[in-house]
Amino acid sequence: MTVTRREFVKWMAASTGAAAVAGCAGMGGSSGGRVVVIGGGFGGATAARYLKLWAPDTDVTVIERNETFVSCPMSNLVLGGNTQIGNITLSYDGLRKRGVNIVRDEAVAVDAGARQVRLASGKTLSYDRLIVSPGIDFIYDQIPGLKSADAQERVLHAWKAGPQTVALRKQLEAMPDGGVFVFHIPMAPYRCPPGPYERVCQVADYFKKAKPKSKIIVLDANPDIVSKKGLFLAAWNGMYKGMIDYRPNSELADVDVKAMTVKLTFDSVKGDVLNVVPPHSAGNIARQAGLITANQRWCGVDWRTMESVAVKGVHVLADATLSAPAMPKSGSMANQQAKVCAAAVIALLKGEPVVAQPVMMNTCYSFVDGRSAVHVASVHQYDAEQKMTIAVKGAGGLSDKASELEGTYAWGWARNMWGDALG
Amino acid sequence: MTSAIPRTGAWCAGLALAAAVAAPVAAQEQAAYARNLAANCFACHGTDGRSVDGVPPSIAGQNKDYMLQVMKDFKANKRPATVMGQQARGYTDEQLELIAGYFAGMKAGSADPAPSARGGN
Repeated sequence: MTVTRREFVKWMAASTGAAAVAGCAGMGGSSGGRVVVIGGGFGGATAARYLKLWAPDTDVTVIERNETFVSCPMSNLVLGGNTQIGNITLSYDGLRKRGVNIVRDEAVAVDAGARQVRLASGKTLSYDRLIVSPGIDFIYDQIPGLKSADAQERVLHAWKAGPQTVALRKQLEAMPDGGVFVFHIPMAPYRCPPGPYERVCQVADYFKKAKPKSKIIVLDANPDIVSKKGLFLAAWNGMYKGMIDYRPNSELADVDVKAMTVKLTFDSVKGDVLNVVPPHSAGNIARQAGLITANQRWCGVDWRTMESVAVKGVHVLADATLSAPAMPKSGSMANQQAKVCAAAVIALLKGEPVVAQPVMMNTCYSFVDGRSAVHVASVHQYDAEQKMTIAVKGAGGLSDKASELEGTYAWGWARNMWGDALG
Repeated sequence: MTSAIPRTGAWCAGLALAAAVAAPVAAQEQAAYARNLAANCFACHGTDGRSVDGVPPSIAGQNKDYMLQVMKDFKANKRPATVMGQQARGYTDEQLELIAGYFAGMKAGSADPAPSARGGN
């Protein structure tokens, strides 16, 4: 970035051969290179911000279909009536002020050969490096009853924070006391491992206060509670005793929207409010771009750079990736991957070496009621021999118990992650 | 491309490089590595260690030796914590020293919170 640094890099290139600057070939008008980011969630927004913070001469464009950012972390609190959607809805103006171009549009095609992204509006954007952070899309193929838009409006997932969160809260508010809330959790891997169980706590917290005769039936496709099991069970068997009927191995067969029934392989469960989270895959643009490498659902990456193992020059972030062992799909993980990616993209554009041993860390808080939270944490170091990011043994762990202190940390964590992405 | 530039991997293991060209590269790479490692902490402690509401605490401008000792105490379970011990145990002492050095070099100051979509913060 400084003259000295530039001269140094040039000198390095001269002394080590032309291949050292191969990464600079095809650079666009900006001296720092052009980076296009698909998706302005935790992954994409944080990557865009750090490209600007760490290499201000980079030309950064984020393609985002929504006008505002609605945070998935803390969104279960909206369902519990413990916060309002406005408190978790944030603007892209902070990124704009930093010089990031925010294009409200949708990426419909990637031409990696021509290094171009085509948008729904018909516009085309050129890039030197592309970062794809599309989040998840839902797989409705195996749920015939939920295929229509009308059915999807009645039986919500609320697994992307925003209008669905508000709509599910309204359904809960409209439900009579004594009603039954039926909640289906898909087989892992899914976005936010502890999220479903936090949701159960939040709905229970609301029922306890406003509709104490109501019940919650949890139909979990998994054989057991996926994350923070002991901590959630302490709440379910403690303050919510008798309210929650947890049924593991509940594989979803279909949903009958008219009869308000969730159909399992051997059983049907009727409810007053149904909330079905379908299985998901990397966002659709990842499929179109040829980035999916695992189980027809997820994108394999090089964990030093987050570059796709399938398509050169294209990096993939966050929930869309084939997660490394013990790595969750979370906003916190997206934050970390975004910064590893931003640093690597800057290095690659400048023809400099990338960091050989990146480290990522996960911290996820879940609220068990309106004030008390629990955490899960892990640290992931890159292992050069295994060419894989590995969770460090002896590190990470869980809260001893839920506490208001951790509830305070949880809000601080959310506000700092929001600031780190959008401030 | 990376194969053409002297790939170290060595500097992160703390080994000295013999070639004359290696010194500035090692210093530059070490600074980048320190920044990248410290960036992990930003998620909870704010960008460059400036926390939006001061909770978890701001760590920008913290004394390096003090911070390193605190991290080692967290790591050894000598200092009570909810999450910090669990995180500190994921890093080598050399990595913790780079992290402490990075935050010591940051100026304490106010954070840049994400703007609310309703205006204001």
